[in-house]
Amino acid sequence: MATKIRAEGGPLRKYAPLLGVAVIVLYCLLPFYWMMVSALRRPSDQFDNSIIPRPFSIDNIKDVFKEGTGFGRGLLNSLLVAGTVTILTLLIGLVAAYTLARLEFRFKNLVLAIIITTSMFPGISLIVPLLKLFVDIKWINTYQSMIVPSLSFALPLAVWTLTSFFRQMPRELEQAAMVDGCTPAQAFRKVILPLAAPGVFTTAIITFIAAWNEFLIALAMVQQKDHQTANVIISQFTGASGRDQPFGSQMAAGVIVTIPLVIAVLLFQRRIVAGLTAGGVK
Amino acid sequence: MSASAPVAARPANEPPKSGKARRHDEGTGKLAALLLSPTLLVLGLVVMFPIISALRTSLYKPGGVDPETGFVTEGDTYVGFDNYTAIFTGDTAERFWNAFYNTTFFTITCVVLETILGVAMALVMHKAFRGRGIVRASILVPWAIPTVVSALLWKWIFQADGAANAILGTQILWSTEGWQSVASVIVADTWKTAPFIGLLVLAGLQTIPADVYEAAKVDGASPLQQFRMITLPLVKPALLVAVLFRMLDTLRIFDLPFVLVGPHKDSVETLSMLAYDEAFNTRYGPAAAYATILFLYVAVVAFAFVKLLGADIIGDVAAKKSKKKKSSGDAAPPGVGTAGLAGVSGGGM
Repeated sequence: MATKIRAEGGPLRKYAPLLGVAVIVLYCLLPFYWMMVSALRRPSDQFDNSIIPRPFSIDNIKDVFKEGTGFGRGLLNSLLVAGTVTILTLLIGLVAAYTLARLEFRFKNLVLAIIITTSMFPGISLIVPLLKLFVDIKWINTYQSMIVPSLSFALPLAVWTLTSFFRQMPRELEQAAMVDGCTPAQAFRKVILPLAAPGVFTTAIITFIAAWNEFLIALAMVQQKDHQTANVIISQFTGASGRDQPFGSQMAAGVIVTIPLVIAVLLFQRRIVAGLTAGGVK
Repeated sequence: MSASAPVAARPANEPPKSGKARRHDEGTGKLAALLLSPTLLVLGLVVMFPIISALRTSLYKPGGVDPETGFVTEGDTYVGFDNYTAIFTGDTAERFWNAFYNTTFFTITCVVLETILGVAMALVMHKAFRGRGIVRASILVPWAIPTVVSALLWKWIFQADGAANAILGTQILWSTEGWQSVASVIVADTWKTAPFIGLLVLAGLQTIPADVYEAAKVDGASPLQQFRMITLPLVKPALLVAVLFRMLDTLRIFDLPFVLVGPHKDSVETLSMLAYDEAFNTRYGPAAAYATILFLYVAVVAFAFVKLLGADIIGDVAAKKSKKKKSSGDAAPPGVGTAGLAGVSGGGM
């Protein structure tokens, strides 16, 4: 099909898709590029609109980690919360996903429907009552107050993605293992899990990104700086200079928060796309 | 065979009859229940319990000094639907309807824009054979950026002396009250999620076999006809699910207007922001009432969307089953999506 389309048209036909691709790439990357450029200017050049930072400076990045911003701590908090959410989600979700992919039982589709429906509930509807509860049980300003509510969106996402990964694996795998004398549990542990590792890994990345990007729960549940996640801290950055919003250091912080995700995305793009499109939508 | 019914939730509830049903034995059911219980328990605790709890909270008023009697009441008092009637009367009514309008307006505008752009992107990517890797990588960048960071990024771009005004040659104060702040939120949201819709639609496009187009070409169909008669109907299931999820996502929009423009701004205040604001001021009763109203709104929209347009959320289950059980020619009735995002079966052709 490829060659046919190209062979048919003239130069316009030939280059139009390439042009389209260039437009899409620019659309997606230009704002991100602008964030990096703004981060790498001198703070005094903040409103300079040149396309390349001149002179180049990492002062903004240094500012972000200055004492009192709490940003370094915020990164650790984000890592801790998102990491714990990812691990918990995978531990709980793996078994459920495998069950949904392999076992035949009544209400299976109902269970799937329930799991996917729960991910559609608006976050605020869950947060208001949980906030009230957490105030009562003194969970405000703790890590668990962010981790537990985050399961509400992470778990359905992970179960859904994993289920479709497991479904893509041929049933013969376990059958062969069981013929060789494995119990179903052993077949899962010794044959399926190692083979499903790429899918599990992809799900871990997607879940981690979703948890890392979470804002509303972290904003509502934690007021003390030493427990706030990086996202909340960036949004509340106040500049050293006073009333002006310190966009330079905010962009620098934004780049720092985003770069790990962007690297992960570039390295594993194929898998992530497979996971996103096979599994669900978010 | 009952398993091929497109509405996937239904056949599971019917008592098993066919030969296949013999596998639905007690043991498997018990094992499945055991293995699913952790997930369902967690979801029950972090989703179902809060929803019900919000409903209860919305019927109570916190203790404090009663403005009428001057007595101090301990604990919450039951006030029935007072929190709800309070929302729909007086000053709060104006604020509520404004937030309701903003939420709805954002949802419709953003989803329409994102869908058009996303489909266009998917078509371009589908036609492109060079640079696929780079386009796929770059399309994931807006998706991976935290919404808060993208809100700050666009706030910076839309700053008075920022990039947007410099490029447009205007002097607009974007992030102040008014249409301009609404526009900035819409631009930021569209930038972040249109590529994502493109990705999902592309996955749908890639499952359409090339010979369908060849056949259409032989029959003399123009490119536009091909798009309308082949592409659209075949990606419709994937597209509908993507649109549904985007709609539900935008209905709960919070991060973007909250960070880009700020709280207490009439022109961009959404229902989520309103509920958050009430909860932040420890007025849990009204907050829970707002949250419950938003929940109901989302539920109604989702239900109507699924009923009217036949978006099939758990469709890939049915699709997988029907692929296994049936020959490819014997597909589901037209208009009912049998395929989720994983595969587009030939329904309606």
